[in-house]
Amino acid sequence: MASKVLYSVRGPVPRKRDDFEDVLEERRKSSDLRYALKCYTPAVYRNLVPCKAGVLKTLVLQSEAVRYVIEQVAAETGETWEAVQDEASQVLEEMAHRQQLSTIRFFAFTLSKAFKALYRSVRVNEDGVQRLQQAIQEHPVVLLPSHRSYMDFLMMSYLLFTYDLALPVIAAGMDFMSMKFVGEMLRMSGAFFIRRSFGGDKLYWAVFSEYVKTMLRNGYAPLEFFLEGTRSRTAKSLTPKTGLLNIAMEPFFKGEVFDVNLVPVSISYERILEESLYARELLGVPKPKESTSGLLKARRILSEDFGTMHVYFGAPVSVRSLSQGHIGRSQYNLVPRHIPQRPAADTQAFVNDVAFHLVRLQEENMVLKPWALISTLLLQNPNGMELSTLIQQADWLRGLALSFGAFLDWPGEMVSKVISSSLAVHRNLVCVSGGRVRLLVPEVSGAECGAEEAEFNRAVSVLSCASYRNQALHIFVRPALLAVSMRSTESCRRDEIYNCFNILRNIFSNEFILCPGASVQDFEEACHLLVKCGALRELQQEVVMSSSGQTTLSFLCSLLEPFLQSYQVVCRYLCEDTQEDLPEKNFVPAVRNFALRLILAGSLSCYEALSSDLQKNALAALVRLNAVKQIKNSDQVILKINKTAVNSLEDTLGGKIPTQKPVLARL
Amino acid sequence: MASNTDISEHQRSARRRLRIIAGHLQRSEQDGAAALSAQECKAETPRPSAAKGTAVPKRRQEIMKWNGWGYSDSRFLFNKKGQAEFTGRRYRLSGLILPSLKDWFEGTFGANLQHKTPATASLSVSAVPPPNLNELLVEELKAAGVALSSNPEDRVFRSHGHCLHEIFALREGRIGRIPDMVVWPSCHDDVVKIVELASKHNVCLIPYGGGTSVSSALECPPEETRSIVSIDTSQMNRILWIDEKNLTAHVEAGIIGQDLERQLNESGYCTGHEPDSMEFSTLGGWVATRASGMKKNIYGNIEDLVVHIKMATPRGVIEKSCQGPRMSTGPDIHHFILGSEGTLGVVTEVTMKIRPIPEYQKYGSIVFPNFQQGVACLREVAKQRCAPASIRLMDNEQFQFGHALKPQVSSIFTSFLDGLKKFYITKFKGFDPHHLCVATLLFEGDREKVLQHEKQVYDIAAKFGGLAAGEDNGQRGYMLTFVIAYLRDLGMDYYVIGESFETSVPWDRVLDLCRNVKERIVRECKDRGVQFPPLSTCRVTQTYDAGACVYFYFAFNYRGLSEPIHVYEQVEHAAREEILANGGSLSHHHGVGKLRKEWMRESVSSVGLGMLKAVKDYVDPNNIFGNRNLL
Repeated sequence: MASKVLYSVRGPVPRKRDDFEDVLEERRKSSDLRYALKCYTPAVYRNLVPCKAGVLKTLVLQSEAVRYVIEQVAAETGETWEAVQDEASQVLEEMAHRQQLSTIRFFAFTLSKAFKALYRSVRVNEDGVQRLQQAIQEHPVVLLPSHRSYMDFLMMSYLLFTYDLALPVIAAGMDFMSMKFVGEMLRMSGAFFIRRSFGGDKLYWAVFSEYVKTMLRNGYAPLEFFLEGTRSRTAKSLTPKTGLLNIAMEPFFKGEVFDVNLVPVSISYERILEESLYARELLGVPKPKESTSGLLKARRILSEDFGTMHVYFGAPVSVRSLSQGHIGRSQYNLVPRHIPQRPAADTQAFVNDVAFHLVRLQEENMVLKPWALISTLLLQNPNGMELSTLIQQADWLRGLALSFGAFLDWPGEMVSKVISSSLAVHRNLVCVSGGRVRLLVPEVSGAECGAEEAEFNRAVSVLSCASYRNQALHIFVRPALLAVSMRSTESCRRDEIYNCFNILRNIFSNEFILCPGASVQDFEEACHLLVKCGALRELQQEVVMSSSGQTTLSFLCSLLEPFLQSYQVVCRYLCEDTQEDLPEKNFVPAVRNFALRLILAGSLSCYEALSSDLQKNALAALVRLNAVKQIKNSDQVILKINKTAVNSLEDTLGGKIPTQKPVLARL
Repeated sequence: MASNTDISEHQRSARRRLRIIAGHLQRSEQDGAAALSAQECKAETPRPSAAKGTAVPKRRQEIMKWNGWGYSDSRFLFNKKGQAEFTGRRYRLSGLILPSLKDWFEGTFGANLQHKTPATASLSVSAVPPPNLNELLVEELKAAGVALSSNPEDRVFRSHGHCLHEIFALREGRIGRIPDMVVWPSCHDDVVKIVELASKHNVCLIPYGGGTSVSSALECPPEETRSIVSIDTSQMNRILWIDEKNLTAHVEAGIIGQDLERQLNESGYCTGHEPDSMEFSTLGGWVATRASGMKKNIYGNIEDLVVHIKMATPRGVIEKSCQGPRMSTGPDIHHFILGSEGTLGVVTEVTMKIRPIPEYQKYGSIVFPNFQQGVACLREVAKQRCAPASIRLMDNEQFQFGHALKPQVSSIFTSFLDGLKKFYITKFKGFDPHHLCVATLLFEGDREKVLQHEKQVYDIAAKFGGLAAGEDNGQRGYMLTFVIAYLRDLGMDYYVIGESFETSVPWDRVLDLCRNVKERIVRECKDRGVQFPPLSTCRVTQTYDAGACVYFYFAFNYRGLSEPIHVYEQVEHAAREEILANGGSLSHHHGVGKLRKEWMRESVSSVGLGMLKAVKDYVDPNNIFGNRNLL
């Protein structure tokens, strides 16, 4: 498997990370207007073929690739060539950006004001900026920021402008375009818009991919898009989408460029603008449609404190080095390169591996705030904690996180001070009263709304809080899977534990970023980390908990508990509550109701089971494991449930591990 | 018909031709009396003696370098004033001072004239391993009257081609596995006899023609335990007959290119086959490697030129029964021979097409603002099928390289003119001197047609922003290919090693391949600790309907490297991988040899390789022709 070489087990020494500089500091000292109007002369790609945004469209329409598909479509549909070309031209018109410097300057000015109001500081690793500047001159660059907030791409362009780097063109979802005025503003600042789905539309695909590739090949500008495809509402990284990445790598596969640099960028927020919005969305309150008036209404948030934001530009990853030994580029020798070809299975797998690799790089460079650890602890103590206990445990957890290689921003030595400052930023979520810290739940006004409303409000708080815990999950997930496996197997035998680990890992592979095919590496990594922190001892064929390991392991088990429980709830619902066939669109509301009933009845205390994200991931896992089949009817998708299989999965999640023969020889 | 034109015109064109393709040749002792002989070569009759007036004698050491390229009297050196000059009297450049070469050399490679790496002065006979002779074979060969030698010098001369590592080792006085004996057959029957005896005594035979291989094809396999006999075909160098009605000539395969052309010229003909190695390479070698000549646009490559081939193999002699111009008789058996690289037998006689000497020849050159435009122009020329005899496009680095070889200008006027030209192109036309590139052209044919043709090509060039840049630049471009190997020897005196390699590639990939390969070379050198950026340059050197041949030069300064040759080989290997990944072929005309055989399976598929192996197994089951090339 390709993955074996791509990912290496993390070494004992945490990787060296760069220092940060605050970009707002300068903004607070000098004129924003002068800054916005500064002389902007970025270093550009050395083989740049200079062309204007308008010429770009002509290049794309006249490209062999697009002309080929136009002809093909014309032949298939019987339309005239000109008609199809017009269509292509419209697609391009709808898609293309119209980047212009004046708009960028406008944004530079207004965003300066906004950022200063929102954030205490915006901290950037300037070494990463340096590397990026080098990379931009060397080869076409693809910027791959993490996506947690609308702020992400505004911030990216803002930073590149600030550092005098070439401004990116950004792939944005079509939903932005519907925002009057703002959509056009974004377009003029370099966004281009793509439809969310265009499955079978050959022409669309051809125009779109050629548009992207032309910009890359000519070194027109760095290309920016979000590997995760959409904003993560849970602050966990989402399973990467490979479509655009595939397009971006193709010019290298086909020899059209010498190399492509992929630059993962990790943007971490101390507090997310969309915090409670996300929680409500996860609970089924529909996402407000992107609209300009909505945006204007949201301006009240400008008066709130969103703490510090960190942007880490990762080291550029060369597609050439990654593909060494994985991709035989000569496979493209026998067909003219402009003819669209479905990527071969090995290419597909490779791109997928790279996508995971990059998301993991994003995760690794995500800066964790103390709050991520605090919220983790608070969620494990739903009834609140003594402040002193919290401080003590937070300090312990900090040590654990650091030994697992977390990139922790711990401002100052006094733990109590750090924690109270952190609590202050998040005072909308927690309160400290009488020396106890607990989650804040908005009181229900009017008692008749009843228990349901109260639980809903509680769930909003829990899910908001969970999104901060989730920021830290990638640090703990592998050891946690191991901890749960050890608890479930009640065995010390390495092969048995691995077996269970593998099963759990498989179930949760839609939930966490677990690179496909890297099960053994993940297991080794988990063992390595737990041995390193002193919780485990590794013997030849055995993994044994050390005397001091109990705290760590039970902490890790509780960390995964909400996930185990939520998945179990889904399984239970599917087994108990439904007839054979369930329309897919009913699935989420039905599970939510089921979970809510359990909570009201007092038999479930896990509010996260209400999260549509978890429910959907669980369903995806069940589909992947063939416990549920999706059957497409004419107008809807029906879920066919294999109750036996679902049942046995539920047992597995509950800690009953199916006895399985295969013992991997590799262990 | 050429034979009808009057003699003086005839001789004039012959002289012109001589001047142009090999104006550097020695005057031949006899006037025109080439030793044409139509007599049968029979072992019983007195042995036919090799044609006189050949440029390369049987004892190559008399006039050729033992550890470098070409004639002993011709070499580049930096004189006491630090100026480069080319010694000898054979070439246009001979005896001239090249004032800009030093600056180019130091600037390009970061080399320094103080840092020398001189070669071992002479071959130390004691370093040569004693021959492992098969006494019975020696006896029988002697009895058959075949000339042979196990003199160390003779053997060392035939133990190598001109790959960098081969020459580098010789310069350091290192001698590896070499042939144990050299034999000089003087006719087809001699070869048949030698092959028979070798089979009988189970001895390894390695055919040797001009020794210009750059694919490790002549290297003796170190694992070979049998006695290795090098068959030097140089004494089989006669034109046996010329058939003016069919315009063919029947020639012994050991003839070297310059002799063949000169002798045919004397009768008013030429083959038009001019590989860059034609001063030394042989007809048999061309056949065995699928050679390509620079004027293939008019005359075709070797496979288009041959009408009939005779080859002696351990199974017997292979040849066709007639000289029909084309046949549908199953797969063409010539194609088992063409490119067989000495693994199946010895090519002994070839009938090849000849043409009357063209009446008129003219060089030309075109400057383009950049390489992309140049390639687009060549592609258009190929599309319109109006390529001149030769058209080559040098990239910017190679253009500058060529420029560095400009001899001292004799008059102020010429230097003034040069300055004016430069001003016109860079200032008035706005060409960036670091991007412009030059196409060199060679037209051939009737005077009128040449002029017409020239206009057509220049008109196309104009559409791609090309400007005519004079005959001189064109001619100098071609000179570069003849002296490049001498220049490498100069480089090796000063820590600079390099080599050339080539490929063929479809038109749409030419630019991408050139860029990627050049960059890969630079990148690999850097990664391997080469201190100074390498020279990494290419030219599009042949055009075809469906693609082009691209030729790379690659050289670097190896000061500070402990294993320069190893580094060099790694970089070349990487460059070849890059070529293949970019849709280029394993080789256009250099062949596979042992240097590139690891990629054969990938190149021709397992079945393809199996077919070739099956032929080898049938023709030579005991691996008598054991040079281990190709397969």
